[in-house]
Amino acid sequence: MEGFTALYIFMLAAFTGYEVIARVPAILHTPLMSGSNFIHGVVLVGAMIALGNADTTLGKIIGFIGVMLATGNAVGGYVVTERMLEMFKSSKGEAK
Amino acid sequence: MDDLPIFLIQTAYFLAAILFILGLKKMGSPATARGGIVWAGVGMMLATIVTFLTPNIGNFGLIITAIMLGGLPAWWFAKRVAMTDMPQMIALYNGMGGGAAAAIAAVELFKGTDHQTLAILGALIGSVSFSGSIIAYAKLKGLMKKSWAFHNQQLVTIALFTTIILLGVAIIMAPSHMVALTFMITVFFILALIFGILMTLPIGGADMPVVISLYNALTGLAVAFEGFVLGNEAMIIAGIVVGSAGTLLTRLMAKAMNRSLMNVLLPSSHEQSHNAIDDTEGSLKPIDAMDAGIMMAYAQQVIIIPGYGMAVAQAQHKIWELTKTLIENKVAVKFAIHPVAGRMPGHMNVLLAEAGVPYDIIYDLDDINEEFEKTDVVLVIGANDVVNPVARTNPESPIYGMPILNADKAKNVLVIKRGEGTGFSGIKNNLFFADNTRMLYGDGQKMAAELLQNIKSL
Repeated sequence: MEGFTALYIFMLAAFTGYEVIARVPAILHTPLMSGSNFIHGVVLVGAMIALGNADTTLGKIIGFIGVMLATGNAVGGYVVTERMLEMFKSSKGEAK
Repeated sequence: MDDLPIFLIQTAYFLAAILFILGLKKMGSPATARGGIVWAGVGMMLATIVTFLTPNIGNFGLIITAIMLGGLPAWWFAKRVAMTDMPQMIALYNGMGGGAAAAIAAVELFKGTDHQTLAILGALIGSVSFSGSIIAYAKLKGLMKKSWAFHNQQLVTIALFTTIILLGVAIIMAPSHMVALTFMITVFFILALIFGILMTLPIGGADMPVVISLYNALTGLAVAFEGFVLGNEAMIIAGIVVGSAGTLLTRLMAKAMNRSLMNVLLPSSHEQSHNAIDDTEGSLKPIDAMDAGIMMAYAQQVIIIPGYGMAVAQAQHKIWELTKTLIENKVAVKFAIHPVAGRMPGHMNVLLAEAGVPYDIIYDLDDINEEFEKTDVVLVIGANDVVNPVARTNPESPIYGMPILNADKAKNVLVIKRGEGTGFSGIKNNLFFADNTRMLYGDGQKMAAELLQNIKSL
């Protein structure tokens, strides 16, 4: 993927991110930060590819650390966000 | 037959990208928020599993071991961490993402890549996000109490940044077979990590939410850049969506605190004013739980202002019990939440929601600030800077201009506080010295329980 195609993707994705977050109530800011934190955990995919293609010892070590960190980001981010949103649900139930 | 796996991978990444965006969209509304994270989670599973099919990929044992070693502890800690500690956990997991992006950049740079510029950019941003987030984690965790700065720190930081940029350009320009290249790349990473530390250390705790949000956006950007390097669409889309959503979130938060991003990131000018401000008059006047209970029980309207202290004391459940008792006694009770109460926007809402406080008695700053004048008793529990009137009155103050809850306008103010210390910004709170303010010294949860008992016994 080269040049302008990349730029177009960049531009469209940036607008998407902006539109998705705009007009969100302040109470959801923390869960949203946490949720978007989880989503960039997709870096795991890249770390897996980097480690999978590594052939030097140094490359394997760095790739290994990369996969570990990325998994931490994805798994931790998911659990934390889910726990946070869980409470929102129950409180809404009681409020009714 | 290499075509089928590639087709499968492309399809899965495409679906994952859609699921991420829809998931994030759903998380933007309280009713659908829970489904949102599940959708995004499905996308993540899909993308991860299908990546194992990537042609020419090896080291499966290493990959699976690393996933186990990284995933299990993260899962274990995330399950067990108290709701009050959520902000620092987000900082930590975000830092890990930044670190992973930097690691990808390192692997690709050492190996040699066609997209050196993007790899270098991702390396810089990812490293800064990694070390910066860890400092933010340490600060929020209380491992590092003070904002720390040395003489001419800003100059050093700017010089360091310039060096990093120059070194980055040198790496990009250097011929790929150059012997010194590995060394240059290593130095580049070390300097970038130091830069992240230096950038975060001087930032005060009150500004941490903005900083974490900023690092969250930066990690997204780093992930996107490394996605370009690897030619991985899922990473590009997810990274940029998070990058732009995170930037907007950062701006919204900074706006809620009436701070510009520049103000947050270059805070050294506060150093002198910190000590200079002490224009408090009067004294701290303690009150016991009995008198305070009577005061609340016979009030028409009580507004409760929770802050980080409530989170630390885990007092939200007792506070909700207290609220229910007051409501039974025909006292109108409202909660006033400052946008940055706690350590993060929405932090207090999460805790009150956990305790079961219904939405309709929780008010934002703009909705409740006019009501304080008609309010008999304001109960401040563990909040400090967000009710400090110097933000309105004293232009010298580091928090001057930040919108605050006008608790000082109420007829009576009760403050539950552990001791006489200052808030996270480190400045004295004039509200505590005001004539209509009484101090309830003690642990938030114990104090709330005592108030509850006294009111019930009336």
